[in-house]
Amino acid sequence: MSLLCALLAATQLTVFAASSLREAFLELARRFEAEHAGVAVSFNFAGSQELRTQIEHGARADLLASADERHLRALAEAGLAEAPRSFARNEPVIVVPSGNPAVIHTLRELSRAQRIVVGAPEVPIGAYTLRIFEAAAARYGHGFRSAVEARIASRELNVRQVLAKVRLGEADAAIVYRTDALAAQEAVETISIPADLNVVADYPIAALRGAPQPALARAFIELVLSPAGRALLARYGFQ
Amino acid sequence: MSSRSWSAVQHSATVLLVSFLVLPVAALALTLSWSDLLAGARHPLLLPALRLSLTTSTTSLTLVVVLGSLVAWWVARRRGRLSRFVESVTQLPAVIPPAVAGVGLLLAFGRRGLLGSFLAREGLSLAFSTPAVVLAETFVSAPFFIQAAIAAFRRVDENLLTVARTLGASPFRSFLRVALPLSAPALVGGAAMSWARSLGEFGATLLFAGNLTGRTQTLPLAVYTAMESDLRAAQALALIMVAVAFAMLLVLRRVTREADDA
Repeated sequence: MSLLCALLAATQLTVFAASSLREAFLELARRFEAEHAGVAVSFNFAGSQELRTQIEHGARADLLASADERHLRALAEAGLAEAPRSFARNEPVIVVPSGNPAVIHTLRELSRAQRIVVGAPEVPIGAYTLRIFEAAAARYGHGFRSAVEARIASRELNVRQVLAKVRLGEADAAIVYRTDALAAQEAVETISIPADLNVVADYPIAALRGAPQPALARAFIELVLSPAGRALLARYGFQ
Repeated sequence: MSSRSWSAVQHSATVLLVSFLVLPVAALALTLSWSDLLAGARHPLLLPALRLSLTTSTTSLTLVVVLGSLVAWWVARRRGRLSRFVESVTQLPAVIPPAVAGVGLLLAFGRRGLLGSFLAREGLSLAFSTPAVVLAETFVSAPFFIQAAIAAFRRVDENLLTVARTLGASPFRSFLRVALPLSAPALVGGAAMSWARSLGEFGATLLFAGNLTGRTQTLPLAVYTAMESDLRAAQALALIMVAVAFAMLLVLRRVTREADDA
């Protein structure tokens, strides 16, 4: 009951953030709440596109941290968000279940997997995956692309669902962000994608126009961009 | 309450609830232009999803009707703790959230699942395949048909069955020729509910079968996927799906009425 009262009395800062930011932003929020007494940060973690749609349809939020520049730029152009600032970079990697049942060590060996799970092309991780496959096909030949496509069992709508399939052992390989691979700890093994074939995701953040708590939104963004915030993000695998 | 105010209460409740139920469906149609709808009809996700939805939902409906009728008959003709227990168990999926059902199916039939790990050793893998879609739909839709069938079978007059038996009909024959025809309207109604539930299945399918165009991406998943890039396209797909479901509902209504009249 006292907890409920505290929650009701607290000023709410509502943060919309890409699924891949979950762990890092939860920790940032704890720090933010410690620095701002009486403020409670509440989150909506989802695919960046889903968050954008929610905002376009009137969801009340103070700020958005997206895994894709496109969505926040579109919101800014529509007058729904302030100018986005880039705060982190995240690199796609291959993850396999621990023990690596399909014995994959490089991107080129990806088609050894019986079952590959990737993101749908409509969500950022899926769009990056497509670009990686295109670059890889240019180098390894079109046989690589078709062999990999034939093994794709599902195109998931957010990166954490992609990761979950590998954690459960349902997929032999998947492409997620390095931060997701780190979050899964011992459940997965990580294989880097050659830098010249890889696409690095730029994460922008911006306060939303009409934010119920504009001052707090700016303070949260300052924390994210501060050296302490960047160090914290780096611990979760962001660059 | 006077009879006049009693009917006023009924009328206002009807207007309130019916408009609430109709408004979202109407909004889908009214906020979409013809060109958007045409674009939706040509959307690359539509045809594979429509085909998949129709084949998987009719397959799961067949499974549910054939197996469910037998289970319902067994439950309806017995009065014991066991049959009551079986009845409750068959209703369980109706109260589980579909997403939870999907996780359960994955933990049961997935590669490392309770049963799935044995199947995997035999080289059989169910998750993330079209059969997984059918399993998910069967799981969530079975309770609706079974419930209707049990209720219908319980209403079958025991005397009629006894007469059939004394006339020399086997238990199977009396089930087939007496119980089934008598219960037909209720069975069709239950089947319609089951089928609608299958067609609309989303959560369990997404988690257990994944999202792959042509193989596991049913209409609701196609709507959700399209929404990731284009709300208008998603809306057009949704509207087409509503039209398909509504057409099926009308057909089933007619079948039920004819069976009722017969």
